Amino acid sequence: MSEVEETLKRIQGHRGVIGTIVVNMEGIPIRTTLDNSTTVQYAGLITQLTSKARSTVRDIDPQNDLTFLRIRSKKHEIMVAPENEYLLIVIQNPDAV
Amino acid sequence: MEIQYVYTKKRSEFGRQCNFSDRPAELHVDIAPNPSIAQEYIERNPVDIGIQCVQEMSEHEINTERFETGSRGINHTEGGWPKDVNPAEVEQVSRYRKKVEKDEMYINTIQQLGSIMESRIKQNNAIDIYEEYFEDIEGDLVDETPSAKTINVFRDPNEIKRTATHMSWFPDGPKKLAVAYCNLEFQGSTPDTSMESYIWDVENPNKPEMVLKPVSPLVCLEYNPKDSHILLGGCYNGQIAYWDTRKGSQPVEISPIEQSHRDPAYKTIWIQSKTGTECFSASSDGQVLWWDIRKMGEPTEKLYLDPTKKQDPTKAMGAMSLEYEPTMPTKFMVGCEQGTIMSCNRKAKTPAEKIVAQYNGHLGPVYSLQRNPFFPKNFLSVGDWKARIWSEDIRESSIMWTKQYQSYLTDGCWSPVRPSVFFITKMDGTLDVWDIIFKQNDPTLSLQVCDEPLHSIRVQEQGRLVSCGSHSGTTTLLELSDSLYSLQRNEKNLVTAMFERETRREKILDARHREMKLKERSKSSADKDKDEGENKGEGEEFNEEDLYTKAEKEFYKIIEEEKKLHERRQATKDDMDKGDKGKQSPIQEEEGEEKANGQPTNGSGGSQKYEGYP
Repeated sequence: MSEVEETLKRIQGHRGVIGTIVVNMEGIPIRTTLDNSTTVQYAGLITQLTSKARSTVRDIDPQNDLTFLRIRSKKHEIMVAPENEYLLIVIQNPDAV
Repeated sequence: MEIQYVYTKKRSEFGRQCNFSDRPAELHVDIAPNPSIAQEYIERNPVDIGIQCVQEMSEHEINTERFETGSRGINHTEGGWPKDVNPAEVEQVSRYRKKVEKDEMYINTIQQLGSIMESRIKQNNAIDIYEEYFEDIEGDLVDETPSAKTINVFRDPNEIKRTATHMSWFPDGPKKLAVAYCNLEFQGSTPDTSMESYIWDVENPNKPEMVLKPVSPLVCLEYNPKDSHILLGGCYNGQIAYWDTRKGSQPVEISPIEQSHRDPAYKTIWIQSKTGTECFSASSDGQVLWWDIRKMGEPTEKLYLDPTKKQDPTKAMGAMSLEYEPTMPTKFMVGCEQGTIMSCNRKAKTPAEKIVAQYNGHLGPVYSLQRNPFFPKNFLSVGDWKARIWSEDIRESSIMWTKQYQSYLTDGCWSPVRPSVFFITKMDGTLDVWDIIFKQNDPTLSLQVCDEPLHSIRVQEQGRLVSCGSHSGTTTLLELSDSLYSLQRNEKNLVTAMFERETRREKILDARHREMKLKERSKSSADKDKDEGENKGEGEEFNEEDLYTKAEKEFYKIIEEEKKLHERRQATKDDMDKGDKGKQSPIQEEEGEEKANGQPTNGSGGSQKYEGYP
């Protein structure tokens, strides 16, 4: 098993993690642990939100950059780790015991 | 000194455009300072000048145009794939993904992002930074003052406004409200008055979600509790119609005119049945008709509201309100125009036995009738200037009633979640909320909903939202404060106790009343025996006359007493006046003396008031 696989598997194995999605900058899901329609929805919307958040951070201070995005919601938390080419999206329910 | 400068211009040059050009500065006049005038200059000290040292402000009012919003939807589909990859082809997609996964950069990125992500996940799992401390410790119950706030107002969109006669909440959640609009004034509607009724989305007051187009304006409208697509309406001309919201604005079927009511169908209610298609309606023509919407050709059953129990249509009383409780499927109640409430049983053997009991209490039409959702033996009726709570067992009198209101009542209902709370709407545009375990003399909350008469009220099933319909067709949606829709501690027991106590009190009063009557009767019959020899047959008439004279005597006695009291008061006042004024006004003095003697002077003060009486 490649190291990438291992990393993703470890992430998925943590307590409360509902799903892991890897998306490229076009919004195409590369890897996912969720069903197709949910994945597509997350991929499309989160990519847009992340690029908007990133441009906001950069507009406020050009030397700054977005490193991580957490969206806390009533049901769970959506965590987004952005990079130039790919996004790693993890949906976690932190209240799950 | 005169300064003159002459401009010259030819007549032909008038109206031509100007031609500006540059030229050096030119001195036209030079006035040298004149020392003799300077000597005349007088300095003024101090100088008074008014100064305003606050910012000057002005007030303006602007009425902006109503901003109308609409909802639009967009359908997103999957996209962003490279040109040569068809997202519908599984093979191409997986091949593309495999290609990406082998990319060096992908591997590096994911490992880097993975480690960041992992630490965050661990963070989240280690500590809940949003944890609410002491959440499970219940705070002291704060007695908040009951209140209500307006959430939305739905106006009749038509030019000629009509009354919002009846409303019905969507049975599956507080999302929609069906409102029936109708001008109830006799011959009050013109040919251009719209006949439409509307279903409103609670969130959107700009445009109704759906239009219902009946043949005659709807007086009432009711959602089918079993099927939220079906609505039942009673028309102003007495016909009954039903709609299926999936089938458009036109009614699915209408009852034929010759089989329908002869007067406006004031109330229609769905009956608890297996098929969910049965319903019944009441009208001021004195009929109650049962229907099955699967065959609207004729009513399945008919009842005339004849109080003499002879089923005589000419003696029937007109119905204004109707009550039906799904937990008692055979029973129902009717509120009549004459103020009588009839308790009926549909399954009685003969038609005459269907009217089980009558309750008389109101001086005008009974506009609303509802059983308490927790104690179905007790019911609320609204009519004239009072709302009354009745117990089924006591037919002589209601067990509780509100104060006599200044303005006429129009509608009322119980709260579906609190047994002690009920609502009343009035002609002066106020909504009164009564909580009978909190206060029995006054409403807990009185709210001016609008400036015109309110006509109807309906509470949503959860008890939080209340809708009020007004005379000119505005429907106001109100949200109640917490305490008005959450069951209070011990509330059910308290209400039970209160109803029982009041019922017992009424029973005792009733028994005493009967006893007195019985005594009087036996006494009068004994009197009659004695008098019989003297005035046979004349007795009744004589008695009647006797009563008149007695009443008259009493009336004059009261007036005499009032008069004397008034004069005495006047006299003491005059005495005081006399002391004040000394002997300056002899006429007043004379009058005062006369009054002090207790002799009425015609045309002065007190007696004038009663001059009109013989």
